[in-house]
Amino acid sequence: MAFAIQFVIDVLSLGGAYALMALGLVIIYGILRLVNFAYGELIMVAGYTMFLASGSGLPWIVMAVLAVGMAILFGIITDYAAFRPVRAKSVTAVLITSFAFSNLLQNAALLFISPRPRNVPLPDIFSQTVSIGGAITPVRNLITIAASIVLLAGVAFLMRRTTLGIAMRAAATNFTMARMLGVPANLVISSAFALSGFLAGVVGILWIGRIGTVVPGVGLEPLLVAFIATVIGGMRSLPGAVVGGFLLALIDTTLNYTLSQDLLKFRDAFTFSLVILILLWRPEGLIRGPASGQRT
Amino acid sequence: MKHSFLTALILIAVIAIIAVGSQLLGIRLYDRIATNLLISLVLVVGLQTFMGNSGLLSFAHIGFMGLGAYTSAVLTIPTQMKGMALPDLYEFMKVVEVSPLLAMVAAGMLAAVVAAVVAYPLMRLSDAAAVITSFALLVVLYTVMNNWSAFTNGPRTLFGLPKTTDMPVAAIVASIVVLVALAFKESRTGKLLRASREDEIAAAALGADIPHLRWRAFILAAFIAGIGGALWGHFITSFAPKAFYLKETFLIITMLVIGGASTVTGAVAGTILITFAYEGLRGTEGALNATAFGAGQVVGLTEIVLALAMIAVMIVKPGGLFPNREIGHILTRARRKKETVA
Repeated sequence: MAFAIQFVIDVLSLGGAYALMALGLVIIYGILRLVNFAYGELIMVAGYTMFLASGSGLPWIVMAVLAVGMAILFGIITDYAAFRPVRAKSVTAVLITSFAFSNLLQNAALLFISPRPRNVPLPDIFSQTVSIGGAITPVRNLITIAASIVLLAGVAFLMRRTTLGIAMRAAATNFTMARMLGVPANLVISSAFALSGFLAGVVGILWIGRIGTVVPGVGLEPLLVAFIATVIGGMRSLPGAVVGGFLLALIDTTLNYTLSQDLLKFRDAFTFSLVILILLWRPEGLIRGPASGQRT
Repeated sequence: MKHSFLTALILIAVIAIIAVGSQLLGIRLYDRIATNLLISLVLVVGLQTFMGNSGLLSFAHIGFMGLGAYTSAVLTIPTQMKGMALPDLYEFMKVVEVSPLLAMVAAGMLAAVVAAVVAYPLMRLSDAAAVITSFALLVVLYTVMNNWSAFTNGPRTLFGLPKTTDMPVAAIVASIVVLVALAFKESRTGKLLRASREDEIAAAALGADIPHLRWRAFILAAFIAGIGGALWGHFITSFAPKAFYLKETFLIITMLVIGGASTVTGAVAGTILITFAYEGLRGTEGALNATAFGAGQVVGLTEIVLALAMIAVMIVKPGGLFPNREIGHILTRARRKKETVA
């Protein structure tokens, strides 16, 4: 029983974080059909903001809000620096600028901060553990589960019930038509980048909360996770991103529990093979989103 | 067809000029830079055969280069050194020692076989998903190289490769690769693939089996990358899996994209341009570190400048320097124009 609880908590906390990351990526992809390679760097920005603020003596929660704010700001900057100038050009051009922008941010952190890991301030609650029905689990896992439930519900509400959300979904379904009907395109796109930055910022705090330090390359792993989750789930569907995130977490956790130490080193290779199998079965991903119209 | 011939002639002449020029100068540093340039040329032109013709970005190329480098290493490290260099190597491999040339071909073949197996399902994916999975593939290849201690010595540095790559070898391989890339571009597969790049639906309607065409190009690219990896391995003689990851991927993609991914000329021009820029910037970085005004090491400056250059090129000239015509084509057109004017 304890084992089952442990397993469920692991899957849910990992899956929650994965789902949020994938969602942040799909929000951009859904509207613009653009893959944001610089997405992982938003997590890095959140981490370094925490590090830089750690000497200020501010309460932790203020630093966290600051970090999320910076991630949102950099999300919007990504739009202006890497996407807006080439939006009308080829998909490859956009991919390459976002890849270059990701490299730019990483190397800027390398040059101006440090190549070495930097400690990030964390409240005590992140390192405590609790026992639930015999299973001992870190409190931060429960925080991750709670945060992902709240945020997923929040995003669902935003997308379904608010004017902004409806505008974003309209833009995702048929950008040109939405524009003709008076949806302010640039505002919608900037909002999508802000929302994506917000999700990355929150995930960043939860993710870095596990490791406790930040390095310039910290965004790679979350980026890869988000990538794979979106491909499994379906690149165009928001529920698909969430499903993909949880499924990937289920695969990862199962492998963690079942593989021997020798094989565990190759976990990423196993995960990826499973992804290939899923894609063989469903090349479009598990959940097919709305057929999207032409990109601007 | 005539201008393809002219293109091949000009590009090989450029390679020859680089090779002979650096030999004549007789400065060891230049010789190293030029050999490095020619090896990069092999990799970038190899990537061009896939990316340029299919229009899909592939991030996995450097992974196949790593595969080639390690294959060639395992096959060529002298048997008496193998115990030291690769302590965990399988018994039956310990007695194997083949000539570097044979090992190079084997490296290409192995990379091609691995590419053929893993990439078949991936080629069915559409643009963004295909890019993402190729990125994931790079991570997987890196993970395997980093952990398969028996073959790669794990994350530690592998040493003991015979140094067989010198300027003439690199120049010959680079020339052959340029010829292969041009021939592939003009082949039936290449033409159909380029048609699918321009309009996927129209090409499919004409009966082009796009996933299959992409698959062929991907295998060819991996084969060339494997050979490039072996070439590089026998030049550098000791390396670790770190050498086959994102930094290098970024570099070769920059070379290809700035030069122009759709043409072989672009691949060659981009490689030359970025190699010079890179060496120049590295020199500047080194000079800044030598003066050491207290602040510590300057790292990442080169990459920052290259990233800015890449963004700038994408905004101003998204097709790169040679967006759609090979150098031979440009020259014949220019001459014809002059004739009609006169």
